Amino acid sequence: MRDITNIIAPGTFLVMKVIVQSSLRDSMGLNDPFYVQYFRWLRNAVRGDLGKSLRSKKLVTTEILDRLPATTERAIAAVTFAVIVGVPVGILSATKPNSWFDNIAMVLAPTGVGMPVFWQGIMLILVFSVHLGWLPSSGRMGGFEYLILPAITLGTASTASIARLTRSAMLEVLQQDYSRTARSKGLPRRTVTFRHALRNALIPVVTMIGLQFGGLMSGAVLTETIFAWPGIGRMIVDAINNKDFPLVQGAIMTFALMYALVNLIIDVTYALLDPRLRLVYE
Amino acid sequence: MAVSTDVSKAQSRFQRITKQLLRNRRAVVGGIILLVIITMAIFAPYAATHDPVKQNIRNQLKPPSREHIFGTDQFGRDIFSRVVYGARLSLRVGFLSISFALVVGGLLGLVSGYFGGWMDMIIMRLIDILLALPGFLLALAIVAALGPGLENVVMAIGVSYVPSFARMMRSSVLATRELDYVGAAQALGASDSRIIFLHILPNSISPIIVLTTLSMAGAILSAAGLSFLGLGAQPPTPEWGSMIATARPFIRVSHWSVTIPGLAIFITVMCLNLVGDGLRDALDPRLKNLS
Repeated sequence: MRDITNIIAPGTFLVMKVIVQSSLRDSMGLNDPFYVQYFRWLRNAVRGDLGKSLRSKKLVTTEILDRLPATTERAIAAVTFAVIVGVPVGILSATKPNSWFDNIAMVLAPTGVGMPVFWQGIMLILVFSVHLGWLPSSGRMGGFEYLILPAITLGTASTASIARLTRSAMLEVLQQDYSRTARSKGLPRRTVTFRHALRNALIPVVTMIGLQFGGLMSGAVLTETIFAWPGIGRMIVDAINNKDFPLVQGAIMTFALMYALVNLIIDVTYALLDPRLRLVYE
Repeated sequence: MAVSTDVSKAQSRFQRITKQLLRNRRAVVGGIILLVIITMAIFAPYAATHDPVKQNIRNQLKPPSREHIFGTDQFGRDIFSRVVYGARLSLRVGFLSISFALVVGGLLGLVSGYFGGWMDMIIMRLIDILLALPGFLLALAIVAALGPGLENVVMAIGVSYVPSFARMMRSSVLATRELDYVGAAQALGASDSRIIFLHILPNSISPIIVLTTLSMAGAILSAAGLSFLGLGAQPPTPEWGSMIATARPFIRVSHWSVTIPGLAIFITVMCLNLVGDGLRDALDPRLKNLS
């Protein structure tokens, strides 16, 4: 572990430095054993006090709340993009397996997962901002056009996973007896696909969206710098480079909380999608 | 003799899996490209055409040419040679961090699954704590605490993959533990360690092999990401992620200094994923939903 006081008091005279450091250590409670420090931090954290940023001297909670909207907005845009593209692609692939569409989609899907997200962001900027000049390369001025490239970059990997999973879930459900029954009693193909198959196939897909959320937060850390997006991800990177530990701690904890919260919401959504599970909860 | 012909016809499990794997076209292509990359990494001093860290200010940001097939970067360094040496670093980081996760996570899972009870309880709660953060963020937090550097990145990524190995191993062991031959070994008075390492481990290893290959891809991506953020390899080390980060300001003038290291990461990760998917299908078709 590194000594924070070294960073805050980078004095030139050794004696002065030692004195300043030791008084800083006392006032910050760094002389206590680590578990005492940890529980002190925890006690304050549950009261909503995450300490102060070493650099800006502002409250960590203020810093985080300032940047939360940007990150949330982008995450929601990315998930929306992933669902809007991924689910229909999965459905189309599953209803016509081994068609040209299916083949192209299933070759592209692993590509989306294997691409380094920060590199993809730079490539999109290169094509759509530098060469074509269609979209702004960075910033968040409020306009929808500023959100497009960041959201697509963040959402690509999820799109690919969602498309693959939707396809395999749909294929499985379409082979079930109730799908065959529905078809054989003469229901139109569309009704079978959307009414009977899709609702059942969506359950694993919804779980997947929850899991993807972890990837979205990692992606936020990696790409907010590229798009000069004023969110928590960029703040974490800056805070690590500035050795602003309270801010790093607070921001990472915020991400962990969001991760837990999203997965809780996903668990509740099951009951809405699957009436069988409602009985279990009651 | 009839008996001997029967024996020669019978396929070992290994032969059957190899055959299955070779029939998978995507896995074969991925495997071949991966072999080329590994060979290049091992013989980097011979494969590279230039010194990867030697600067040549008069040769800045040159487009690809006969002399520099991938062009040069902002310090006039040969990008091809840097990519070749970068393969060494990326593969090593992937290998070391996943080996760490495999040994630590695997052992925790074995112990937890075999003994059960309070030991299982404690180990699994520890794993749950690690799982509270998505893998990359956990690695980021660890690097933030330890300080930047490639060794710390290996450590951090290793720790972030421990939970998946522990859980996979545990569930695999739980399934194997109840089988008759384990009961038989116990009845014969075999020691716990003998049962674990001779009977249970070999029979619950297939999902672990698949997980190892796929995690290696993830580890290389994470390492490149951390280096991109400036937390991994430090300049002038030729690391793919940090190459992209340092060349980014010059992207309008010379896109190849960003494009090519990115393609290198992308191709390596893709190939590992393809091989991993192929192994999964060959080893156990039931594992299709693993990733």
